[in-house]
Parts: sequence; C-alpha cells; structure tokens
Amino acid sequence: MIKRLLIANRGEIARRIIATARQLGIETVAIYSDADSQAAHVRDADLGIAIGPAPARDSYLCADRIVREATALGVDAIHPGYGFLSENEAFARAVTDAGMQFVGPRPDAIRLMGDKAAARQLMAEHGVPVLPGFDRNGASDDALREAATTIGFPLLIKAVAGGGGKGMRIVETAADFDEALKAARREAMAAFADDRVLLERYLASARHVEVQVFADSHGNAVHLFERDCSVQRRHQKIIEEAPAPGLSSEQRAAMGQAAVRAARAIDYLGAGTVEFLLAPDGEFYFMEMNTRLQVEHPVTELITGQDLVAWQLAVAGGAPLPLAQDDITLDGHAMEVRVYAEDPADNFLPSTGTLSLAQWPRHLARVDTGAEQGDAISRHYDPMVAKIIVHGASRHQALAKLVAALTATRLHGIKHNIGFLIRVLQCPDFVDARLDTRLLEHWPELMSDSDASNPCILLAAVLASTGRATGLSPWDQLPGWRGNASARIQLGVSLAGHTHEVVITSRDGHWMARIDDQQQPLRFHWQQQGLSLQWGTHALHCDPHPQANRVIVFANGLGRTVELSPSQASADTVTSAEHAFQAPMSGTVVTWHTAPGAHVDSGDAVITLEAMKMEHTLRAPAPGTVTAFLAAEGDQVSDGQLLVAFEGDQDD
Amino acid sequence: MARIGTPLIDDENTEAMRTHNLALRDDLREKLAGITLGGGEAAQQRLRERGKLPVRERIDRLLDPGSPFLEISALAAMDVYGEEVPAAGCVGGIGRVQGVECMIVANDPTVKGGSYYPLTVKKHLRAQAIAAENRLPCIYLVDSGGANLPRQDEVFPDREHFGRIFFNMANMSARGVPQIAVVLGSCTAGGAYVPAMADETIMVRDQGTIFLAGPPLVKAATGEEVSAEELGGALLHCEQSGVADHLADNEPHALQLARQCIAHINWHKPDQVQTQPVRPPAFPADDLYGLIPATTRQPMPAREIIARIVDDSALDEFKSRYGTSLVTGFAHIHGYPVGIVANDGILFSESAQKGAHFIELCNQRRIPLLFLQNITGFMVGKKHEAEGIAKHGAKMVNAVACASVPKFTVVIGGSFGAGNYGMCGRAYDPRFLFMWPNARISVMGGEQAASVLTQIKSASLAKKGTPWDDAEAEQFRSDMVDRYDAMAHPYYASARLWDDGVIDPADTRDVLGLAIAASLNAPIEETRYGVFRM
Repeated sequence: MIKRLLIANRGEIARRIIATARQLGIETVAIYSDADSQAAHVRDADLGIAIGPAPARDSYLCADRIVREATALGVDAIHPGYGFLSENEAFARAVTDAGMQFVGPRPDAIRLMGDKAAARQLMAEHGVPVLPGFDRNGASDDALREAATTIGFPLLIKAVAGGGGKGMRIVETAADFDEALKAARREAMAAFADDRVLLERYLASARHVEVQVFADSHGNAVHLFERDCSVQRRHQKIIEEAPAPGLSSEQRAAMGQAAVRAARAIDYLGAGTVEFLLAPDGEFYFMEMNTRLQVEHPVTELITGQDLVAWQLAVAGGAPLPLAQDDITLDGHAMEVRVYAEDPADNFLPSTGTLSLAQWPRHLARVDTGAEQGDAISRHYDPMVAKIIVHGASRHQALAKLVAALTATRLHGIKHNIGFLIRVLQCPDFVDARLDTRLLEHWPELMSDSDASNPCILLAAVLASTGRATGLSPWDQLPGWRGNASARIQLGVSLAGHTHEVVITSRDGHWMARIDDQQQPLRFHWQQQGLSLQWGTHALHCDPHPQANRVIVFANGLGRTVELSPSQASADTVTSAEHAFQAPMSGTVVTWHTAPGAHVDSGDAVITLEAMKMEHTLRAPAPGTVTAFLAAEGDQVSDGQLLVAFEGDQDD
Repeated sequence: MARIGTPLIDDENTEAMRTHNLALRDDLREKLAGITLGGGEAAQQRLRERGKLPVRERIDRLLDPGSPFLEISALAAMDVYGEEVPAAGCVGGIGRVQGVECMIVANDPTVKGGSYYPLTVKKHLRAQAIAAENRLPCIYLVDSGGANLPRQDEVFPDREHFGRIFFNMANMSARGVPQIAVVLGSCTAGGAYVPAMADETIMVRDQGTIFLAGPPLVKAATGEEVSAEELGGALLHCEQSGVADHLADNEPHALQLARQCIAHINWHKPDQVQTQPVRPPAFPADDLYGLIPATTRQPMPAREIIARIVDDSALDEFKSRYGTSLVTGFAHIHGYPVGIVANDGILFSESAQKGAHFIELCNQRRIPLLFLQNITGFMVGKKHEAEGIAKHGAKMVNAVACASVPKFTVVIGGSFGAGNYGMCGRAYDPRFLFMWPNARISVMGGEQAASVLTQIKSASLAKKGTPWDDAEAEQFRSDMVDRYDAMAHPYYASARLWDDGVIDPADTRDVLGLAIAASLNAPIEETRYGVFRM
C-alpha cells in the first residue's frame, strides 16, 4: 500500500494526481522549482519540497536530487506524471533501486518503447500492423536512400529516439531526401543525442487514433477504448475525443486487441498508450507506445467512468486491475481541448504573464488546470494552462457543451488559444468529423481572429463603462441621460494602441454611435450573460468586464482590453526652474554634483545642502543647462535664495 | 400592489391633446437646444482655438462615462435682461463622478465672460442649496469674470447675493460636504474666493488665474506692471502661494484630477429606504401627451398620469373613498418607495385632512413624498368657510412645511393660490421642483384675477363718477388676462428660478428617479410639526 506519494511533476497533472491520491487517503508530496514556490500544485499538496532553480534541467529533471529528497522524506512511491522524467528509464530504475514504487512501467519497457526502431520490430513480430518502412539499426545514409526508393514517396523520416515531432521530416520526392535526412539527423542529435533514424511510408491523409491500455503485475492486460487526437498543430495535439468518431465495432475491437498484444509483448505494467495511424481505407498501423499517463487521459475517464490515476496507484501497489475487459463499458462521447498560453495569430508564439482574470467554466465542464486567477505563467515550462473536458450523450452534444464551456471561460493577462479553439471546433470539417492530422492546414483562416477589428468591441466597452453592469440606481440605469436633450456618452478609448473617439447618443429610443468620423445607428440589448450589439453591418455578442480604467470585452473566447480616457497629462509636468533651485530652508552648501555649463537631464542631482541636520538635494526639474552656480561649497545660504542659474532646453 | 390606469383611448380628442402637447415639448426642446450652445458656435470655436473646451464638454469629461446629468434651471434668465444670457451663463446640475452624485456648477465663459448676473447668483445659490440639502459634493468649474458690474446693486450687497456663495462653501465644508474647485480661466476679486474657499483646488497652467486684483487694477493702484500669469498663474499658486493644490497641464488633465479628488472623499451613501426591483410602468410614457388637457380649466385624470410614472403602474391608495379630490398612496419610482399626493380636483376640507394624515404617515415611515400639483385652490363659499376649510387647509400646509422626508414637486397643471402651499410649492422647500410645459403658476387664474380686478376698478371708477363703458371694461379685463397668463407661463417661472426646470412630461419618471436617488445622500431626519389647529 502506498502511504506517501511524491509527484515528480508540476502544473495540472500534479494537481490531477494529488486530487485522486487525496481521495484514496494517500499523503502527497509536491516538488517545486524556485519559479513555482507559490504554484497551485504546491498549495494543493500536503508537503512540498524545493528542488532547485526555475529551469527544468536544474529542477524537475534532476532525477538524483528528487530520489534523494523522496528517500529522506520516507516517500514510498513516485508518480512521474507526463513529460519531464516520465519516460526516463534511468529515473524509473533509480526510484526502484531506492526501494520506492515507480508509478509506471518497468524500466525495460520504457527503454524498449523509447527506441522507435526496436519497438517497430517487436510489434511486427507480435502481429501488430506497422507501416512499410526501414528500421535497420545504425543504417548508413546510403542504405537509407536505397530503402527510400523501395518504400516510395512521400515518406517519413523519424528519429529512433524521437518524440513530440522532433527529428521528424516528411519527404515528398526523392530529390528532397538528402537534405531532409540531414536535417532530421541534426535535430535528433540536438534533442536526444542520438542521430539514428528510421523510414516509414507517409500517409498523406490519416487520423491519429490511440488506445489506452492497462496491465497489472498479475498477468492481466486490458484496453479502455481509443481516443482520436487527429487535430494537431505542429504535431501538438490540441483537441482529443473518445471514442474515435466513425469507428466500427470491429475496428474498435481489432485496435484494442492489437494494443493489448503490444502491451503483453513487452510485459507491460500500468497505464500506457498505443498510438496508431488510421488510414482512410480503415487500415491502422502502429506508430509508437507512450509508457505513461497521457495528457488526454480524461476523455477516457469520462467515457468509462474510471479514474485512471486510481488504477495506476492500485497497480503500482501490487493490486490486480480493478476491472476485467468485459466489465469496461463505453458511455457517450467525451471531448477535451488544451488551453495554451500562446498567440495563434503570431505563429503560436508562447505567451507569459499573470492570469489577472481566470474564471474557469467548472459549472459546464471538467477543468484540469495548474493555474488559477493571480497565478503566473512562466516561460520555463510547457505553455499548457488548462484542459477543458466535457461529456455528452453524443459527439454532437459534447461538441456543443465544449463550445459553451469555452465561450464562458474568462481568461486574461496572457495571450491564449481559446478563441482559436472555438473556431476550430466550429469549422465544418471538425463538426462533421472529417478528421485528419492535417485538418488545420486546410483551414488557414482559423489562425486569425476575425473579431480583432470589429468596432462593436469599442462600443461594448463604452456601454459597459457606464455603470449599467454594477448598479440598480437610475444613475446606473440611464446611460448618458440628458433630460430634454439627447442622451450622450462621449469617451476616448484605445484598443491595441489605437485611440478612438466614441460618441453614443440616443433620442426617443433611437441610438446612434459615432466612432471617429463614422456614424451609424446602434442597436444593443443587455442579456443575462453579456451584451449583443449591432452597429451598421457589424455585430457582436460579448461579455464586457469593466475594471478601474479599462474594460475587458470577452467575445468568442478572447478578451480584448479597451483602455478608457487615456491619460491627459503631458509628459512635461514639471516645476518651474526658479522654484526648483531655491534653497528650501536656510543651510550650508555641501556639494555640487555638476559643473557650470553642464547639461543635465530631468531628475539629475545638481546641488546638495545641509540644513537641520539633514541633507537636501536639489534636482533638475527638466532637461537643461546649468549656466552658473550662485553659491559656493561651504556657503551659508538663506531660505528662498536662488542657488543655480538654469536654462531649460524648452526655453529656447 | 394594485395596478391602476387604463389604456389610452385613441380618439379625436386625444389626438388633439397629443398634437398640442408635442408642440409644447418641441418648443421646449428647441429653446433648450439654443441655450445649450451658450454664447454660440462661433464663441465656442474661439474657445477651442485657445485650447479650452465648451462648458458642457467640460462637464461630460468630468462625469463618469455615461453618467446621466440632471441639469437644473437651463432656462434661467431667459427673456429677463433684454439681452441673451443663456442658462444665466452658468451650467448647473447633478452628475456622477467616481460613482458619487455630485453637484456641478460651471461658468460658461462664452456667455458675457461668465460674469454673474443677478440670476446667475440666484442659480449658483440654488445649486448650492440643493447640494447642501441632499449632501452632494460640489465641483465648481470656474471660468468667470466675476460680478456683472453694471448690476452690482443686485449682485453684491444683500444676504442672498454673491457673498453667500462663499458662506455656503464654508458651511457645507464644515458639514463634511466636499468642495472642489477647478480653475479653468480667470477668478478675479470675489471670484478668487471660490478656489480659495474650496477643500481642494486644481489649476490649469497658462490658463487659470487667481488674484484679488488683475493687472490693470494693480497698475492703477501701485504702478506695478505684471502679467496675469506672473500675478496669479497656476505655477505661482501651486508652488509658492499654496492657493491651489494640483497643477494640471491642460483642461482634460484638470478634469481628471478633479475626478481623482472625488476618488478620495471616502463617501458612503446611507442605506435608508427599502428598494424594490425596478419595473417599468405598464403604460408608455408617451401616453402622457394624450392625457394632458390644453388648458388648466379642463380636468386631468390623476390616476392615469400616475400610472405612466410609477413602477409597474402600481399604486396602493390611502383613503381612496374619502376626500376623493386628492389622490394619496404608496408607489415606487425606479425602485424607490414614494408617497404620492396628487390633485384630482379642487381641495375640500376632507381632502386637506386626508393629505395631512398621509404626509404624517410618510414622515413616520421615512418615505419620500411626491406632489403632483394641479390645483386651482381650496374650495370657497359660505358653507366651506363655516366648516373651517381654512384651518383644515392649514393642517395640510403645516404637515407639508414641517415634513423632513425628501419632498419632490412636479407642477403638472395649474398651481394657483393656497393650493400651491398645501401641495408643496417652492416656499415649502421641496428638494426639487419641476414644471411641465403646459403648467401655469400664479396667485389665482388669469380669468379670475382679471374679473376680480375689473370689478374693483369698475367700482372705483363708479365712485369717482366716471364709469367706463363695456368695451373699456372688456379691454381692461383682457389685458389683465394676457398679463397674468404671460407671468404664469412655465418659461417665465423657470427663467426666474421659481422652479428647477421645465421638463418633458415623458421624462418625469426618470427625472424623479434621479432626483430621489440623489436626495438619499442625506440622512432622512425625524419630523417635528407645529401646532395643528384642530
């Protein structure tokens, strides 16, 4: 039995594991880097251990240190989560050697599946279908080139030690082969210190379908159905669902059985995922096996009603699998999206910052997140902020719930992909389940935010700033009211650095809005959740959040900040030179900080006096030239005496 | 609660009334549109060229985005001085700043240099009185040449003249009602005391000046030659004299600083009435145009009017079967509870007693009172004098005079004679008093007054032995009627600050909602009455 569990991870997965451990009465230990000392996973855990500086290689990847700290604390099992050390054979071995349980497979299985070529060969031996390819260990460039002609183009070059798309190249024609091979080897060397590659036929159109498997130490192995993770951007999954749409029960059974065979082939233990490519003709091919809990495991949990972390802990503790294959049932449809801190409009560049606003749709969905309002998203780690997961009776229902949940999410302070996710979920190919790993390539317009220039955002901000949202007094409820004249709201606003003048007027129930020089009729009405507007041909449904001097307008998953009445103070708010250089009280000149004729900037120290046992430094009120000293060091000066002749730059 | 009112019957009569009243409304709008331009578009343009803003734009920028502005006495000084002094050269009203209802008093430099005519003083004092009674922080946007010198005898010496402005500032400040001044132009002589008396003062550099005597007077007095900026500019006052507290770079910055001052007044509006969720009336406000008769001689159905003003058109009446010429009852306006006292005919002894009783109820329960005035007076004649209508009327007047709950009066029709007193006329200190464009106000109706005066004159001429013929008498009578009618007109009244403004009947509900909400900044005090004559 596990009594004290250390989670060698951070973020949402650490919190996810802690949640289950807590339900099972297991004490939890979090580890954290200096950047994470206030993080949510540390707050959730019973105990926390600092394990080093912010960069992962100095903290979350320090296997020795983690094992040492765990041993010292009397931990009896370590859960590696995903990423970091989860598929590190040496770490798994060190944990076991230190006398603790590693919540995962045996080290040998990790090593075997970490070698893509060896895994491919082993699978083929056990009757798991693999794509035509070439995986001879240590093959030369020439041997590879020759094999490539046999396999045919397009083909895929994959790093043997690879993962996450690194060291992977699609080669369309023979002419591109040499260059692609060089690039793949270079990338593989950099990422894994191993430049071995293998070749596989490339399926131009295929789906990514993976099967969740589980095995215990009593010889049992089962699968928990499949997940479709076809929607990816740059080999990164962003939407996952279970079951895979359109799969026949025969296909499902065949894939499940193949996956269980794969697990048995390596004497697997615990949770694993066998990834397949599903070709348009219904054939499927082994891609790789992930020897850990996957990011997307919640969709499997929602369709099976099982807690996979609880299964992992049971199996790690030596117990048999909780259910036999026939007892595992599939109910409805589950769908997950990954919320990333990144900018879809700027090539998915990661974004960092503090979540000034984070309202998760917990009433509409399961939300697994490592960050709550006020938490920081650091540049040191994976930019995934949260997973939002829903379950519905049908795919259609799950999809609708997911869109609703994303639309209700209020996230601000970082750039994020929620708007992009909503657009993808609503794109016809996804709605009709025409899934394909290259789906996003067919829809490049999904990357850009169609609302960015919608003038209704400005109007919504102005209307929301009028207090309507906050109070029931007529002073809140009658925006712009002017009695016998037209109601009038006039406000300077700025959005994305552009300043606009907005004037909204109303007479006898008819509203007009003018933005800069353009005037059109405005129609709007407030709803329980938000505001609907129509201005000329533009329309928007949004939820404006007024704050002190700005309004965050949420629409279609994105929050845009509209600044109100940008500051009117000019930069040169200065005191007059004459006043600045008068002695504030009687005293003695201690020192000059500059020489006559010297040019000084605003705020530069010019002269220091001593009076009443204190030093007083007089500073330049503006950029200018000190033309003369009117007192010498050591001079006794009197209150109000002018000490410096000064010529400001602007005086000319 | 009981729903009152019936749908408007769309007949010829209604249509005639609607046409008549919409014409009155349009005339009012037109007059006010002109007044809103102050000294005119050309003058406003000159102001902008000097980096200054027209007064109403100043107010827009000072207020919270989208705040309502409940302007008072926009018609002040209209047709009074033989020259145009729009809004008496000074815009006043209530608006929200940082969520606090504030009284704004802003000089309009395009109107005679913002100088103080007698009615400008009266308007400034009225704004301060509203602020003091309702505890509204005051923000003065100062840009004025000071007293109108040719009329100094009507501006300077008396109790309710210029000096009272500073007296009020000191006393409001003493009672914790913040006084903020923004100096956007000149503040000369007496005017210098507005910023000097304020709790906090903001000044715009190279634009605002404060001095007791301007450069010409200084030169005359001492021979010293000095520029206005050197003598009393913002830098001088913010850095050396300490007459002002905050230095602003320009007007918008100054207004922003004024908002910042209000952000730090630590204001708390007492929670003292039981509000209800706001529900609009069941009948459209526009119906009012079809309900108001063309002359004050024709009756106006009080309950139909109330049904277009109160929440959900719901009124729970008090003594509905007694003294029926006065409607009394409880209702809500914009969620606030109000006790309504509305005329539905002439006042009799019973209606006066009922009114007094109802006013006592509202005072006891601290419910604001709304008077809808449409009254030709108390009933006259031997029977009524004998039953003591004077003492019964006096009871109502006593109750109204002493009531310390916030009182609001709207003159929706006639306001004649002692009826004006019992129905909380200007002399009875309603927190706000507004008139509809169809209303009339005078000691008695023009016809009645003319016939009384004609009788007296006739008798006097007869005594002298020079009786006039019928044509002469008729001429006299009709002249009198015209004169009375002109002076009874709401524009005439509003120009002289007998009210706080003439309002579009359809706006009544919103005006009252805003006014009630603002009045609740002041705690409702306990009422003590005088001796009721029983």
